[in-house]
Amino acid sequence: MTTLAKPSVWEKFFWPLLTAVLLLAAWKYSVKWSGTQVFPSPASVETGMLELLRHHVLWADIADSLRRVAFGFGTAALLGIPLGLVLGWYPAMHQVFNPVIQLLRPISPIAWIPIAIVLFGIGDHAATFLIFLGAFFPIVVACAGGVSGVPVIYRRTARNFGLRPAQILARVVFPAALPQILIGLRIALGIAWLVVVAAEMIAVDSGLGFLVIDSRNSGKRYDLVVAAMLMIGLIGLALDTAFRRLEKIRSVRWGFRDEY
Amino acid sequence: MAAEATIPLSSRKAKLQMRDVSFAFERDGKSIPVLDKISLDIGDGEFVCVVGPSGCGKSTLLNVMAGFLSPTTGMVAINGETVRRPDPRRIMVFQDHGVFPWLTVEGNIEFGISGLSTAERKERVAHYVQMVRLQGFEHTYPPDLSGGMKQRLQVARALAMNPDVLYLDEPFGALDAITRVMMRSELLRIWQAERRTIIFVTHDVDEAVQLADRIVVLSSRPARIQDVHSVDIPHPRNISSSGYLQHRDDLLQKIGLAYSA
Repeated sequence: MTTLAKPSVWEKFFWPLLTAVLLLAAWKYSVKWSGTQVFPSPASVETGMLELLRHHVLWADIADSLRRVAFGFGTAALLGIPLGLVLGWYPAMHQVFNPVIQLLRPISPIAWIPIAIVLFGIGDHAATFLIFLGAFFPIVVACAGGVSGVPVIYRRTARNFGLRPAQILARVVFPAALPQILIGLRIALGIAWLVVVAAEMIAVDSGLGFLVIDSRNSGKRYDLVVAAMLMIGLIGLALDTAFRRLEKIRSVRWGFRDEY
Repeated sequence: MAAEATIPLSSRKAKLQMRDVSFAFERDGKSIPVLDKISLDIGDGEFVCVVGPSGCGKSTLLNVMAGFLSPTTGMVAINGETVRRPDPRRIMVFQDHGVFPWLTVEGNIEFGISGLSTAERKERVAHYVQMVRLQGFEHTYPPDLSGGMKQRLQVARALAMNPDVLYLDEPFGALDAITRVMMRSELLRIWQAERRTIIFVTHDVDEAVQLADRIVVLSSRPARIQDVHSVDIPHPRNISSSGYLQHRDDLLQKIGLAYSA
């Protein structure tokens, strides 16, 4: 933002709301005027959403999707953060592992689906594995970058104050890299939420991704397809918003500002 | 204190000794000499400024003294003990970005003294918070401090280690002119209260003449000692007195020679 004038409170809500209303109207009238029999109108999506809620399938699907993301993303963080720290800390390790990581990183988790099914069969483990793959590499790369980007002055100060290497890592390098690590985790969580939907379309028979594909396959219920899509968007937004709250913690806030 | 300043330097016990210290950087397989056979004795409790043309190797000299860099030839000793690595008894204060932004003022000062008991730690933090005049900011994070306050915090964190030598690498170089003048008198006040040995690198001649017992003038790279200039004016120094101006002009002339050398 470069404008000096601060938007007033009503403007903060008015403009986004206006955009939403205009989009809904555009959606409604394009469905109406095109005379499509397939694509649902906003009203029928709303009915579909209520129907899903009434039959309690939606909550179970949401819980399944969130559980898979929690396991896949959690494992990726648990393994990816230490590996990233080590790669950033020891240039020799970086030299050994970086080419392999850079080769594997651009492969979409979707391409891993056949391998995942061979390894884990159809089921939760295959889906979790795909989410893990999607989240793991961004976490490793962000951690390694965060650590190698720690200013030399911080390391020198730590050595000057008599810290041993393990203490330098725990008390200086980790906190100094933490803002970068959080950014990596946030990107990885977003990817995990993208991947879970794809994985559930193929590897399992529950979750929001399954809901999307199942609504289409069993009776072409596009109202339910779009309702599930909107739900995916809302939960993704909620996850990201929740994660961004971590950036407000005092000991990392310095890393998210322009100054200093 | 004024009496101590008049004791001849030769009779003081040498705290730090440098003997024929040379240092060269390796870059692209070539060796670039930075320091050329520097020999220097610094007395206990002495305030020494190092000045010289920019890029001459002032900071390198300080880094060698502090043990961050090993001399290519020659040796550095403190209290007769060869310096091989950084040591918590000798603390370096950097020009900028020296304090840890993820710790409060209190957390920064406590950083190096986690081995002490809680009571001792609290006492030391309180003492140095007061000494650098940061009372009321104990729980503030560095991004909310001004540049001058950050540098005072860095000095407090260094002093809390109870070091016998303080290395300052252009510590006020990134501050505005008014803050810089105030920081000099603060540093002098602290030095007079605690009498640590201070080795202070600066490119500012006024700063050197206001602060130092002795000023080491380096030549351009590879740095040799061009001159060692004693400033025998008692503190506080009147910056418009003829004696002060004489020292300043002498020094500027020597640095001018260093540039042309």
